[in-house]
Amino acid sequence: MGLEASLGENSFFATTVDALVAWSREYSVWPMPMGISCCAIEMMAAGDPKFDIARFGSEVMRFTPRQCDLMIVAGTVTNKMAWVVKKIWDQMPEPKWCIAMGACTSSGGMYRSYNVVQGIDQFLPVDVYCAGCPPRPENLLNALIQIQEKIGRSKAKDFPNKLPELKIIQNAK
Amino acid sequence: MAITKDEIINSLTEVKPNILFETNEHRDELTIIINKKDILELCKFLKEDIELEFKLLEDIAGVDWARRKNRFSVIYHLFSLRHNFRISVKTDVDECDCSIDSISSVFKVANWQEREVYDMFGISFKNHPDLRRMYMPEEFEYYPLRKEFPLMGIPGSNPIPKK
Repeated sequence: MGLEASLGENSFFATTVDALVAWSREYSVWPMPMGISCCAIEMMAAGDPKFDIARFGSEVMRFTPRQCDLMIVAGTVTNKMAWVVKKIWDQMPEPKWCIAMGACTSSGGMYRSYNVVQGIDQFLPVDVYCAGCPPRPENLLNALIQIQEKIGRSKAKDFPNKLPELKIIQNAK
Repeated sequence: MAITKDEIINSLTEVKPNILFETNEHRDELTIIINKKDILELCKFLKEDIELEFKLLEDIAGVDWARRKNRFSVIYHLFSLRHNFRISVKTDVDECDCSIDSISSVFKVANWQEREVYDMFGISFKNHPDLRRMYMPEEFEYYPLRKEFPLMGIPGSNPIPKK
């Protein structure tokens, strides 16, 4: 039907593992929807049939961090919430990427205040900043495409080849 | 069945003659200004009087006047569902004795509203069942809506996680 039909039965490709892994990662980015405030509405809109984030292979919004590759931080991160975002980020397996969606997340936005983090890059490694207040869904898709390009360029040596040290978090009780 | 402002004032002076108060009217809204020691009694009267029935406590607000003698104001916004009528009760709190009686025994909802005022202004409510911070972290030492608190906060007082 597709490529395999025209190439024939015993055909094969020669490629590197890096290229194959990067290619398959690129088109199956599973996002963690960290929807904290109004940007989350636009993030939901990006998932609907009109904008359709499924075109890029990212329709699987996972609500557990253990199954995610990409964290979309959508909304104002307060100092109190920062600890929660960090905790969820730490639970995501490597390799992982991060989009700072919207003005508040990127720089504090209009909340120049004592209780809002002035840019989540103070505690998270952000890959793509997405401008707007809130950004249009197209803008989020553009950020996703940029993440895909970045993943496509990645090599195995870019990532730490060992398991991270486990920090066991226990309740105070 | 409407109720007028004069009726409220008259019934207050008749039933509770020991409560001294002033009134103020602005944009058709009645404000009763009282001493803080009478707040519990007044709220109980306004809620339980069968003619008035101010059963809904809409909000408790705090004000920091910075240089005034009685530095803080605590304002209670009450609403009568029966008469469709709003009233505010205003009291002054001094910085030296920064406390006022809790009305959470009369209005259950005052529990969280008083916690919010305590969190933002540091006014402590006597006999409150659970006076903890509402928004800021437990270990935070300052009161953000006081006038001396800087806009960007005090460095290191409200930490974020390390990178």
